[in-house]
Amino acid sequence: MSAIDIQGVSKRFGVTPVLHEVDLAVAAGEFVVLVGPSGCGKSTLLRLIAGLEEVSAGSISIGGRRVNELPPKARDIAMVFQSYALYPHMSVAHNMAYSLRLQRASKQQIAAAVGAASAKLGLDALLERKPKALSGGQRQRVAMGRAIVRKPKAFLFDEPLSNLDARLREHMRAEIKKLHRELGATSIYVTHDQIEAMTLADRIVAMNAGRVQQIGSPLELYDRPANLFVAGFIGSPAMNMFPATASRSQRQLRLVHGRLAVELDHDRGLVEGTALTVGIRPEHVVLGAGPLQGIVDLVEPTGLGTIIHLTLCGAALKAFSLERLSLALGDSIAVDLPSSRLHLFDVEGRRIP
Amino acid sequence: MGADHDEGEAEPEVSATGRRLLRLAEPYFYSAPVLLLIVGVMLIPLSVGLSYAFRDIQLLDPFSGGFVGLDHFRELAADASFSAALRHTLVWTIVTVALQFILGLVLALLLNREFPGRRLTQALVFLPWAVPTFLVGLDWAWLFNPVVGPLPSWLFALHVTRDANNLLSDPATALIGPIVAAVWWGIPFFAITALAALQSIPRDLYEAAAIDGAGVFKQFRSITLPLLAPTIIITILLRTVWVANFADLIVVMTNGGPADSSQTVASYVFTAAFRRLDFGYASAIAAVLLLLLFAYGLAILSLRRRLLHRYS
Amino acid sequence: MMRSALYWASHYLLLALYVLFALFPLFWLVKVALTPNELLYSEGIRLWPSRISAEHFRFVLAHSDFPLYFRNSLIVSSATAVIVALVSGACGYGLSRFVFRGKSLLVALLLITQMFPLVMLVAPMFRLLAPLGLTNSLTGLVIVYTAFNAPFATFLMQSFFDGIPRELEEAAMIDGATRFGAFLHILLPLTLPGIAATGGFVFTAAWSELLFALMLISSAQASTFPVGLLSFVSKFSVDFGQMMAAGVLALIPACLFFLFIQRYLVRGLTAGAVKG
Repeated sequence: MSAIDIQGVSKRFGVTPVLHEVDLAVAAGEFVVLVGPSGCGKSTLLRLIAGLEEVSAGSISIGGRRVNELPPKARDIAMVFQSYALYPHMSVAHNMAYSLRLQRASKQQIAAAVGAASAKLGLDALLERKPKALSGGQRQRVAMGRAIVRKPKAFLFDEPLSNLDARLREHMRAEIKKLHRELGATSIYVTHDQIEAMTLADRIVAMNAGRVQQIGSPLELYDRPANLFVAGFIGSPAMNMFPATASRSQRQLRLVHGRLAVELDHDRGLVEGTALTVGIRPEHVVLGAGPLQGIVDLVEPTGLGTIIHLTLCGAALKAFSLERLSLALGDSIAVDLPSSRLHLFDVEGRRIP
Repeated sequence: MGADHDEGEAEPEVSATGRRLLRLAEPYFYSAPVLLLIVGVMLIPLSVGLSYAFRDIQLLDPFSGGFVGLDHFRELAADASFSAALRHTLVWTIVTVALQFILGLVLALLLNREFPGRRLTQALVFLPWAVPTFLVGLDWAWLFNPVVGPLPSWLFALHVTRDANNLLSDPATALIGPIVAAVWWGIPFFAITALAALQSIPRDLYEAAAIDGAGVFKQFRSITLPLLAPTIIITILLRTVWVANFADLIVVMTNGGPADSSQTVASYVFTAAFRRLDFGYASAIAAVLLLLLFAYGLAILSLRRRLLHRYS
Repeated sequence: MMRSALYWASHYLLLALYVLFALFPLFWLVKVALTPNELLYSEGIRLWPSRISAEHFRFVLAHSDFPLYFRNSLIVSSATAVIVALVSGACGYGLSRFVFRGKSLLVALLLITQMFPLVMLVAPMFRLLAPLGLTNSLTGLVIVYTAFNAPFATFLMQSFFDGIPRELEEAAMIDGATRFGAFLHILLPLTLPGIAATGGFVFTAAWSELLFALMLISSAQASTFPVGLLSFVSKFSVDFGQMMAAGVLALIPACLFFLFIQRYLVRGLTAGAVKG
C-alpha cells in the first residue's frame, strides 16, 4: 500500500475551471473520503488520480512516484465505479480475472487470487453468472472483488453505494469498512452522502466549487467546522444559521434583526457592530428550560428522536431531541441556545475561533 | 503482480512530450482512412468534374478537351429537354416524397401497437427496401408492360386509363412509372424512421390523454404529431435531396424517354454522360444541379434560423 | 388500451393492403419466372400459370453468364462490406470517444457527402480511373463503393459505440489494458451485432449499385449483377421468362440478408436515440 500525494492540482475543461489548487496528502493505509455537493469537483479529482483525465497544473504522486504522465494502467490503482462498470459479456469470474490475464499471470495464480477475493466477498456461488443476472448488491461486490484481486497500491471509489437502496447501503457501508480494516488499503472514496463520509473516513476532505473547504477527522469537521459550507453540509438535520451583530457589551450577540440577544461565555474579541453568522446544531438546542420562548410549528418523530420546528422571535429554528416530548402545534416551549454550542462565522463565512 | 513496482523507479520509455503528442494525434489516426477516401474518391473527382463543365470532353473524340468557357451553359439555357427536366425534377421529387411520407407514416402508426403476427408483418412489409434498385425498376417496368404485366389491363378494366397500353411509352404518363416504383421502394424507409420516433414517445402521455377523454384522432393530433414533428421534418428535408439526386429508376425504366418526357436533371446527367458520352455537357448539367441543391440547403438554413428566432 | 372492434378491423384491413402492395411485385416476378414459354403470352395476366416450369432458371444458371455476374457481385460487395467495416469502425470510434480539433469539420464533411448527387462523379471518375487501369476492374469498384458507403457507415458505427458506456473502457484501462486492448476486448464484443448490421447494410448497398458499375464496367468478365442483368435484358428483350428468372436470382441474397438484419435496424434506430 502506498501514500498518495496531491500538490497544487488544478483542472480546467477548456476554459472552465473545475478544481483550484488542491493539496492533499494521503498516508499509506488511510481511508480518505472526498465529500461535497454535485459539481464540487470530487469525482474529477478522483479521475485525475486514476489517470482518466489529465491535470492542468500541479502534481500527483503515488508511492513517492510522480504519475502525472502515466496512463491508468501504469499507475497500479483499482477503481470501483458508481455504475460498477462490470463487463457485461464476461462472467463474474472472468470479470475478476481480466486484469490478471492482461498481466499474463499463470492459470494457478489467477485461480488463487480470484478464489481468495470471491471467498472474502461471498461470491463463490455467483462465479459463473453474467452481470445481468445479479442484483445491485451482488454487482457491487463483484466490482469490489475485481479491485481486490489486483492488490493495487490504492483503491478509488466513485460513489459506489449511490445506486443501492437504503437498507443495502447501510449493509455495504459496514462491509467496506470491514474490508478496509482487513486489507489496510489506501483508499480514496467519493460520496455526496455525509453519513457515508462520517462513518467510513479516517479523514474527510470537504469540497465545494472546486476548492477544498476543510480536511480533518469526521469529529473535527463536526465539532469545529472551518466555514459555513462545512458547518451546513456535515450533520443532519443541518445546522441552524442566523445572521447576527456583535453588540455593545462585546459578549453579546444580537440575532434576528436585533430581536434576540444571546450571551457569550467568554470574550471572542469581536468589534462592536461586526456582522457575523451564528450557528447551532439542532441536537444542541436545549428545550424545556431557558430564557427564550419558541412556538412549535411542526413535529417530526423519527423513532430515534424528534425533530421539532420552532419559531423563535419570528425566525425558524430546528431542534432535535432524543426524548419523546409531547408537543402540539402552537405550543409554547422554553428554549436555550447554550453559548458553548454556538459556532461563529465571520462575514466571509470563516470560522471565528 | 501489482505490488512489484519499486518506489521511485524511473520508467517511461517514450518521453513525456512524445507520449502527449501521440495521445493528441490518436483520433486523427482513427479518422484518417475515411478522410482519405472521401477526399480522394469524392472531393477530387468533384472538382475535376466541375472543371469539365467548361471544357469540351467527348469520350469518343481523342482530340477533344479544349476550353470552351460558358458554351455548355449557353446550350443548356436553350435546351428544351433541360427545362423539361427541371419541371420533371420538381414533380418527381415532390410527389415521390409526399407519397413516401404519408404512406410510410400510416404504416408506422399501424405497426406501432402489439398484435399477433406483428413481427412477420413487419418483415414482409419492409421487404421492398431490400430489393436492389435496378431490380425495382425492371420489375415495375415489367408490371406496366402489357405483354407480361397485369397492370395495363387492370387499370383499363377499372377505367383509370383510356387504353391498355404501356404507361411508360406515353410521354404524358411516363414519369408515373418511376414514381410508383420509387414510392413502393421508399415506404419502408420512412416507416422505419417514423416507427423509431414513435416508439420514443412515452406511453404515459397517451394514457393521460385517454383518461382526459381524448379519442384516437385527438391523441394523434395533440401528442403524436407535435412530438414526431422534428424527426419527420428533418427526414423529409434530407430525403428530398436524396430523391432529387436519385436517377437509377428513371434510367432503368424509361431512360428519360420517351423523348425526354420522364427525364430529371439527375438522370439527364447520366444519360448525357453514358449514352451521348459528352462529359462536358453532362458536367455542366451536374453543375446546375449542384447549384440548385446549394440554394435548397441555404433556403433550409435560413428558414431554420428564422424559426428558431421566432420561437426562442 | 381498449379499442373498438371497428378500429381493429380497419387496422388489419389496412395492414393487409400494405402487405399485398409490398409483396405483389415480387410475387409477380416469381410467377412469370415459373411460367413456361408457351403459356407466357396466352396466360399473361393470370395470377398463377396452369403449369409451372423451371426451364428459365435452368437456362439462366447454365447457359448465361449469371454465375459469373453473381460471383463478381459477391466479391465486390463482400470486400466493400469488410473494408468499410474496418475504416468506418475506426472513424466512428474516433468520433465517439474523442474530442479533437476539426471534429465538427469532419462531421460536416461526412454529412455533405451524403447530400450531393453522386451521378455527377460518373464522368470524372471514369476519366480518372481509366489511366490507372481501374475501369473494368472489380478493385476499382470496391474503392469507389467503399468511399461512397463510408460516411453513412461511420455514423452508424458511431451511434453503436455511443451506446456503450465509456466507463467500461475506463475500467478496462484501469485494469491494465491499453486503449486498443479495451477496444478489442470490451467494445468490439459488445457492438458485434451493430457492426454486423452495418456490414449487411453496406453489402446490400454495394450489391444494388447500378450507375457506376454501368459506367465503369464494359466487359462481361468484370460485370456485376446489375450490369449483367441489364445487358441480359437488352439482349433477350423478348424472353421475359428468362429475364424474370434472372431477376429472382438477383433478389435472393439481398432479401435474405435483409430479413436477417431488419430487426436490428429498427432496434438500432430506436435504441441509438432518435435525435430530432
